[in-house]
Formats: sequence, structure tokens, C-alpha cells
Amino acid sequence: MKILVVTEQRQGKWNNTSFETLAAAQTIARETSSSVVAAVAGKGIAALAGELAGKNVAEVLLIEHDLLEPYTADGFCVALKQVVESAKPDLVLLPHTYQVRDFAPKLAASLGKGMIGDCIGVRNDAGKLVFVRQMFQGKTAADVVFQGAAPWFASFQSGAFRADLVAPHPSGQAPVNKAGISLSPGQIRTKPLELFREAKQAVDLTQAPIIVAIGRGIKAPENIAQAEALAKALGGEIAASRPICDEGWLPMERQIGSSGQTVAPKLYLALGISGAIQHVVGMKGSRTVVAINKDQNAPIFEIADYGVVGDIFEIMPALTEAVEKAKAG
Amino acid sequence: MNIIVCIKQVPAKDAPLAIAGNWIKEADIGFEMNEPDSFALEEALRLKEKHGGEVVALSMGPERVKQTIKEALAKGADRGIHVADENFHQLDPLGSASSLAAAIRKEKCDLVLTGLQSDDHGFGQTGVLLAGLLDLPHATIIMQIEVQDGKMRLKRELEAGWFQWMECPLPAVLSIQSGINKVRYATLKGIMAAKKKEISTIPRESLGVASETTQRVERIYVPTKSKKTEFLTGAPKEIAAKLVEKLKFEARVI
Repeated sequence: MKILVVTEQRQGKWNNTSFETLAAAQTIARETSSSVVAAVAGKGIAALAGELAGKNVAEVLLIEHDLLEPYTADGFCVALKQVVESAKPDLVLLPHTYQVRDFAPKLAASLGKGMIGDCIGVRNDAGKLVFVRQMFQGKTAADVVFQGAAPWFASFQSGAFRADLVAPHPSGQAPVNKAGISLSPGQIRTKPLELFREAKQAVDLTQAPIIVAIGRGIKAPENIAQAEALAKALGGEIAASRPICDEGWLPMERQIGSSGQTVAPKLYLALGISGAIQHVVGMKGSRTVVAINKDQNAPIFEIADYGVVGDIFEIMPALTEAVEKAKAG
Repeated sequence: MNIIVCIKQVPAKDAPLAIAGNWIKEADIGFEMNEPDSFALEEALRLKEKHGGEVVALSMGPERVKQTIKEALAKGADRGIHVADENFHQLDPLGSASSLAAAIRKEKCDLVLTGLQSDDHGFGQTGVLLAGLLDLPHATIIMQIEVQDGKMRLKRELEAGWFQWMECPLPAVLSIQSGINKVRYATLKGIMAAKKKEISTIPRESLGVASETTQRVERIYVPTKSKKTEFLTGAPKEIAAKLVEKLKFEARVI
């Protein structure tokens, strides 16, 4: 089987979920004796292609075109359709990013194919690939299989695989080949304009290695400083569940969950968060989850590695002090 | 401006889910309008109030989805289209979108709106697939729509706090981000007026959409707990010390 991984970059910077998907592809390839081809699309991205070539892949496809920067759904569909038709992969894997959600279903449909989107895992059942995704907002999991002939398209949720497990190339560099595509301005019907952030000190929580998140248990905005002190001691970012941002206690950009950001940090410390599914879908891919909550039946404990049943207002300052001491010593 | 809003009916948020194979037992649970679609409906009603035209609520599923169409009519949609299919929940995203596209082709419309995703299947593909099937430009995760001179200026949400303005010609398909607006409630007057509004029914099999699927849900199940939680106890200072040990030597994050 041939697996094509379509990575994602914007203005020369990786979307790190790309490497999680590459890790997924390498895992599937190991189990099914398949080869992996990694593609990157945009303009002025030769360096990124070189970086991919250092990973354990059979080939890197460099899809360069002036009209692929900035991203448009039309441009990507036209270009990637040609790439899929000429590379002839059996399986096309993509990171489940906002950008992929914007074009990949249409790309697959343009080839008469379907996409299994937002997968959290995959397994090889005696030669049949079974993709696992969530339904009913995470209340159930679903085993989904492809029907019909290849190519099959699937996207993986952020945190489903570990980017740090991407295997390097065994003997140096994979070949980088330019994918020849034709794309004209008339094929792009939308016109992307300026990118902007609403808030000045916007933060990219998806890149934060440590996140300290607060929920309703924080009770009042004046208590947030204690959580911020703990985040600072740990060298992490502060984040919150939806109710805290709806109240305006923290900006919306710091919201984790189905309507906010999806993160997979090394450490996720949940303070006074009950663990409603809308929140959990945004952080369950975290490597280590610590939950502190006064309710021992809070669902957050179901996904916590370490749990503390207790008062966050007693534990936050004690923990801040202990972390500072550990770091100093 | 004539707008078609695609609205799905899904199990009520608090409905207890009893799994049956690759779906749930529908017998004893309530259904409601998919919340993300309610934002799309609201946006359609606001555009109509500003620019005139008509709002059509389009929904697919068994007989019960008429109740959700009626809710849309009560809120201000002008008429409804019900694509009838008792086995709707077995369709894959492409089959579902192909059926909706076939129904939309029978209409004259300037704009098709969908919600971001459904709260049951959560495929999140319908809007983008409709654009492909209808050969229309599209944009997703939309937070603001301004219509001027036959085209739209759209505010699109990107990841990590980024947004982007973009221009999109009409006709087009847009997937609306939840939270774009504050949805209205149906008034008593609206509910009364809805009784006189038309809901046309189209059997899905009459649309001539191929029945082979690209994917199949084999089974659904309650996810197994993947982690074993280690509870730390003691006085706050002891807990803090234990936790720091764990973070330092097991999780290795400090």
C-alpha cells in the first residue's frame, strides 16, 4: 500500500499536527508493509520539503505554486487532485485542521471518494484498516471502515498520535521531487484577504508544552491570579473551559474544547474542571493529565493520570511553592 | 437573497444513549435541532431581514424531522423541504450531501448555509461537500457575513486565535461557526404563523442518488477508559510534594 501524507504549513511555518499524522502514517506503514510519501504544498517551501526528507519516508513531494500561497480551498483542491491522480496513493492522510476541514472532503469527492474525518486512532484488523472516531460529541466511539476502491482519505485529530515519535530517515535523506501541477487564477473563486488576531497578545495554545486550565471551580475572576502564578511557575500557559471565557474572565482565545482549541501538551493541569465532554475533546490527547477537583465523581478523573480530590484554593499555592522549589533546586 | 439552510435533527443533548449496533435506540429519546445549525438558521434570518428574499429550511430524515422544520418556520423561515428517508442515519457524508445537493438543485438560491457539524455523527463535511457537488465556491467556520454588490466579505476563523477576511462571490455555500450570533426564540406569533407555512416532502429515493457508500460505521461503543488514575492524598503540602515528584520523575515535565 502507498500512503500519502499531506502536511500543512502557513507562511513557512509547520502546523505541528502534520507530524502527528506522519507518525500515524509510519505506524500504519509498519503494520501493513506500506510506503509513505509526504507532501507539502505552498510557495517558497523547499526548506520545509527538505525537513520532511529527513524523516523516514520513501519520497517527498514538493507542491510549489504561486497560487498556493495564501491558501484557498479551490487552489488546494485543484492542485491536490492532480497530485493524488499522478502519485496514485491507496491512502491519503491529513491532519484534521481547520484548513483540512475546509478542503479535504471536497478533494475526496472530486475523485468520487469519501473521507473518514477527525479520527482518533486506527488499527489493522487482519489486513482491514479500521478507523476510530468519535460520535455523539465523544460519548461514543465508532469503528469506521472504507467501502469501495482506493484512494481512501482520512484525517487525524490533533493529539491522536505523537509527533515526537516520527522516525527519522534511516540513511540520511529521502528524495524530494517536484509535483507538476497546473493551476490558473480563474480556478480560484474566493479571494483571501488579511490575516489578523482579535486580541493583541494572542497565544497559540496548541504549541504550549504545559497548560494550566481553570473551570467553574475557580469561582471568581479575582482567583485566577493564583492559577496564573502556578502556570508561571511551571512555565506554562493559562487556559480555561468554556464557561470561564463566556463570563469574560479569560479571553476566548484561551478556551479549550470543542468550540475552542484542541491541544495535546505534555502536561495538562485541570483545576476545578468537571470534564464535560465539550471540554475533554479539546485536551484528551494530552500526554499527562493532572486533575484537581473537589468532586470525586467528576468525569475529568476518567482521563486523568494523577488525581487530587480536594480544594483547589488550598492546593494551588502549595503546588506553586513546591514547583518553584523543585525548579530552583 | 434566497437562502437555503440545511438543518439536521439530532438526539437531544441530555438524551440517554442506548447503543444498538452502529446507531442508537431511537424509541424513547427526544430529538432537537442540531445546535450548530441553529446558528446557520439565525444567520439566514438576519440576512433576509437585511437584504430581503426567502429562507428555506431543508432537512433530511424520518418523519420526525418535520418537527425541527416547523421550529425553523416558527422562528421565521418561509417554507420547508423535507427529504424523507427512514434510514437516513446509515448514509455516509457523501451520500447525505449528494441527496441534499439533488434537492437544492431543484431550487433557485443565492446562498446555502450549514452549521459547522452535527452533534450526533459529527462528520462536519456537509457544507464543503455541497460546494463540491453543486460546483459553488465555499468558505467554512464563518464568524461574520457582509453582502455587498453581489459578493460577500467574510470573516473566517482560523486556528490559534487567528482570523481572516475573504471575499467570496455569490452563489456560494458557507459553513457557519457556532457562536456567530445569538439565536432567537420562536414567538407565539411565529408558532401560529408557521402552521400556515408549506413543507414539501421529497422521498430521498426519488432524487436518483447512487446508494453505494464510501465508508461504513461498523459499530459504536462507549470508549474504554485508557488511563488508570493515580490518586494523591494527604495535606495540601504533602499532595504538592507528591505531585512535583510525579511531574519530575514520571511525567518529566519539570
